[in-house]
Amino acid sequence: MITKRIIPCLDVKNGRVVKGVNFLGLSDVSSPAELAKFYSDNGADELVFYDIAASSEGRALFTDILCEVAKTIFIPLTVGGGINEVSDFDRVLKCGADKVSVNSGAIRNPNLIYEAAKLYGDQCVVISADVKRVDGVFRVFAKGGRENTGLEAIEWIKKCVGLGAGEVVLNSIDTDGVKNGFDLEMLDAVCNAVNVPVIASGGAGCIDDFTNLFKTLPKVDAGLAASIFHFGEVNIADLKQTLKNENISVRI
Amino acid sequence: MIAIVDYGVGNLFSLKSSFDAIGAETIITGDADVIRKADKIILPGVGAFEDAIKKLRLTGLDKIIIKEAENGKPLMGICLGMQLLFDKSFEYGEYDGLGLIHGEIRSISEVVPKDYKIPHIGWNALNFTDKECKIFRFIKNGDFVYFVHSYCGVDCRENTVATAEYGASLTAAVARGNIYGCQFHPEKSGAVGLNILRGFCED
Repeated sequence: MITKRIIPCLDVKNGRVVKGVNFLGLSDVSSPAELAKFYSDNGADELVFYDIAASSEGRALFTDILCEVAKTIFIPLTVGGGINEVSDFDRVLKCGADKVSVNSGAIRNPNLIYEAAKLYGDQCVVISADVKRVDGVFRVFAKGGRENTGLEAIEWIKKCVGLGAGEVVLNSIDTDGVKNGFDLEMLDAVCNAVNVPVIASGGAGCIDDFTNLFKTLPKVDAGLAASIFHFGEVNIADLKQTLKNENISVRI
Repeated sequence: MIAIVDYGVGNLFSLKSSFDAIGAETIITGDADVIRKADKIILPGVGAFEDAIKKLRLTGLDKIIIKEAENGKPLMGICLGMQLLFDKSFEYGEYDGLGLIHGEIRSISEVVPKDYKIPHIGWNALNFTDKECKIFRFIKNGDFVYFVHSYCGVDCRENTVATAEYGASLTAAVARGNIYGCQFHPEKSGAVGLNILRGFCED
């Protein structure tokens, strides 16, 4: 049986890993290659790298780091951030990325998903959605969670999967950084709408939040988090052992 | 020297890096002479079967690979590379493969129950059906490897050496004499994956 995946996310800016709380106030955490090696050795099932550089220098630095990571880490790597054209897929895939996640780039041009899926396969294209409740409706936000696009989230995600996205990362802005558990209501709505893997993101504060996620929503395939792993608040080996003890299938 | 066959399909960076990590010398090549002189051959591949087999035929590398494998040179196909070793594929049509492993490639949707997600993506346990297989020398039954695929090998029971459970027993690895194939990605399967590559590389 396929196991539930535990995925640390590394936000990279100017060659360093950073993590925002509710997307604001970044603090330097560590070197991407060191963190990646640490996570790979300690049971992470996959790594996500988000490039949050705003300049072309930052982007080039990111690509170099990605190549360095891919030379030493032999687990799947997903890359996101600054993916606006098919050539951006090519750039990161050549450095050893396995999957590419699109967010704002797909909002501007949904056809990017179709073009990339046709070239590299559905399994390569991940739709990442930042979603927040506005007057009781799930809305898609762009630009790192700063701009309400007005798109209704469930319809948007269904559309992306229809265009060829092979996986969904659902990041709830409402729970992100709050460390009070994943957004189960929002995740349930997405899991019921699509038949591709769904990765939960935003809100994990402790091991119980992951247990609760997979027990309450068996359709969720993976849990993603950043700061709780980076600051050692949750150790991945302990987390997976706890999940295993709860009869949740994990790779140990 | 191990030849990683480059026929214009997919990215070979991770594959080469994983052989580097186990100290095996590789060369990424589309040159028939280099493949003939190599001690072992790796046939990679991502994407669609039709495109891949056409490119192999266009370059004439299909004949070289078949000849070298039939002469006893160790050959390993990975992911789509494994599927190319089969007699036939039914991915968006019907296409002949290299015919080195007996069986066919069919959509996973024909094999697994309807509520299973496709592609089969993630870490799944290997169930050995031939625990003596050389590529499993350094790993254990039940070890996890990373899969990403929508099509799978069927009617290949004689050559199947490991399966993975996904509502049905999916073909995970095949072998016939000196010819091996992995549906999963050893180069993305952590230490277990590297040990499978070691099992193939070391005599």
